[in-house]
Amino acid sequence: MNISETQTPFDINDYIRLEQMPHFLCPGCGHGIALRALLWAIHELKIDKDKLAVVSGIGCSGRLSAYIDANTFHTTHGRPLAYATGMALARPDLHVIVITGDGDSLAIGGNHLIHACRRNLNMTCMMLNNEIYGMTGGQVSPTTSSNRYTTTTPEGNTEPVFDACALATAAGASFVGREVTMQVTGLKNLLRDGIEHHGFSFVEVISDCTEIYGRKNDLGMSPEMLLSQKATMRPDAYRNTVDVPFRPNALECGVLAKADRPEYGCATREKNARVQAKAEGK
Amino acid sequence: MANLINLQGNQACAMGAIAAGCRFYAGYPITPSSEIAETMARELPKVGGVFIQMEDEIASMGAVVGASMGGAKAMTATSGPGFSLKQENLGYACASEIPCVIINVMRGGPSTGMPTRPAQGDIMQARWGTHGDHPIIVLTPASVAECYTETIRAFELTERLRVPVIVLVDEVIGHLVETVDLEALAPKETIERRFATGPADGFEPYAVTDDMVPPFPRPGDGYRSHTTGLTHLPSGFPTQNPEKASAALLRTTDKLDLHADLIEACEIIECDNADIIIATIGISARAAQQAVTDLRAKGIKAGLFRPKTLWPFPEKRLKEVAKNAKIILVPEMNQGQLILEIERLMARHMPVIGLNKINGEAITPAEITAKVSEVLA
Ligand SMILES: Cc1ncc(C[n+]2csc(CCOP(=O)(O)OP(=O)(O)O)c2C)c(N)n1
Ligand code: SF4
Ligand SMILES: [Mg+2]
Repeated sequence: MNISETQTPFDINDYIRLEQMPHFLCPGCGHGIALRALLWAIHELKIDKDKLAVVSGIGCSGRLSAYIDANTFHTTHGRPLAYATGMALARPDLHVIVITGDGDSLAIGGNHLIHACRRNLNMTCMMLNNEIYGMTGGQVSPTTSSNRYTTTTPEGNTEPVFDACALATAAGASFVGREVTMQVTGLKNLLRDGIEHHGFSFVEVISDCTEIYGRKNDLGMSPEMLLSQKATMRPDAYRNTVDVPFRPNALECGVLAKADRPEYGCATREKNARVQAKAEGK
Repeated sequence: MANLINLQGNQACAMGAIAAGCRFYAGYPITPSSEIAETMARELPKVGGVFIQMEDEIASMGAVVGASMGGAKAMTATSGPGFSLKQENLGYACASEIPCVIINVMRGGPSTGMPTRPAQGDIMQARWGTHGDHPIIVLTPASVAECYTETIRAFELTERLRVPVIVLVDEVIGHLVETVDLEALAPKETIERRFATGPADGFEPYAVTDDMVPPFPRPGDGYRSHTTGLTHLPSGFPTQNPEKASAALLRTTDKLDLHADLIEACEIIECDNADIIIATIGISARAAQQAVTDLRAKGIKAGLFRPKTLWPFPEKRLKEVAKNAKIILVPEMNQGQLILEIERLMARHMPVIGLNKINGEAITPAEITAKVSEVLA
């Protein structure tokens, strides 16, 4: 479908709570770019805002839900997928989107993430990976690159990182993708495909914490950090170009895994309907 | 015609939940509560409900709150160690006023303790088990019939008041089998949450209403409101304004005072002219009731005070009932938890004496009568 022909142009003001502005994100924070891409995807999918439920965890990433003009739920640290599971099962008529951070979903909430992937309940999980605990002032996270400085790794990080997409794929997520905030259109498309996918979709967004992580590691300001995404990632759009010296081990972006597995909610409802019919003597 | 069946306390909790309209259950197996999950797994689909076994108790509690935020009547059940894990998300439900029922079938503790043995060690965990000042209602059934009716009452209170309700059962009551007539005990009508109606424009999800229970904006009904565990304004959005923050927090606890008559429930047996009042809950109250009969037969004027609503503690009732008593005895299967509350209320007026047992066995009527004789001697 050629979306541009069938749609009114995207205006972010139609999807945010203007009365909540100014937002609390630091200048240049990648999370704002991700929010824009998400709302753009929602616009293209023509999702009814009344039927949209956004469930977020705790962190700078978690604060995004408050800015979205929808049914929004800012839950507890690491647990938004658990809340979303209950909501999606109780209300299959809602589009459930989870916003989480790298600490939220890979550290404290790691157990919920792997089980959400395994269950394959219809929802989309957008994970904003800025390699740091932004909200709490810059402590090390399960995705902090090696030797990077954080307030709790004063001599540089020695812990290995999680590859969130490999983890989600191994745990059974039926749609897995990664994109960088530098590629807003690509990110929007990936989120759109993820939301459209019937099952559990996991989208990792490489986002920048400019104010804390960037500063502490001398990574420059927001433009420099965005540009360096090119060097460390492998955005789809740049895969075949020669203008950027990609690192040989660059993280891949785009759709990384897709599987056709039974969706948990439908499977459960079908089974339950049979039990109910029998109980009612039909 | 009476429709009598033999039912276990845990099963009765599950059947009560379904009768009250519970249509979502999320849990994680733990002795001695697992029959509740097993009964829900079998029975909920029959009435169009959803059962899910989550990856742990934290997730179970999250899923229950999530389902309730979606508008469903939702419940979970556990025992002490699992309750500890539910506490953070329980605090969220208290702060954001999300109705939910949590059943805690107590076992011996701390830690894994004696998983299959009874105890009443979570009296304080149930009251204080989450961070910060928070409103909570705790009900304590003492029979299989009450497991059914108190779970129904738990749903009525949580849906009506938007305060999480804990049903605190001890292992003996949870595993006790008694003959009950569920049809006779079933509610004539179910109590439903007041969902927001009317214009979405200018709607405030936490508006201060006369009854201090704001109507609940159900997702999909057009309100598109925000729910957060951050201290929030009537608009639902966070605030750190000192006056507004304390007003918001106070409303959630003041609400319990306003509705005290609705919440309060206790059983009072032979207390009118009693010299000695035995105050206790659950299986210990069953033993105490027998002890009262035995003591009265011996000419000792004993009475039983049994809070069915344990928290908020029915303090006015206890003070009224115990006005002319000489002694209060508090038998409990822990090292002294309920007694702390009773001492707080009554120690100025009369001796308050504990009878404690923590060996994994229930307190017997004989132990209570012996203690009474010792105290009176
Ligand atoms: C139970 C609990 N533990 C710790 C915290 C403190 N805390 C708040 S946000 C956060 C980390 C957030 O990091 P991340 O998920 O990466 O989000 P970001 O701020 O980077 O977007 C932590 C540890 C909390 N709120 N709750
Ligand atoms: S602290 Fe970092 S992640 Fe948080 S808003 Fe600022 S830049 Fe963004
Ligand atoms: Mg982070």
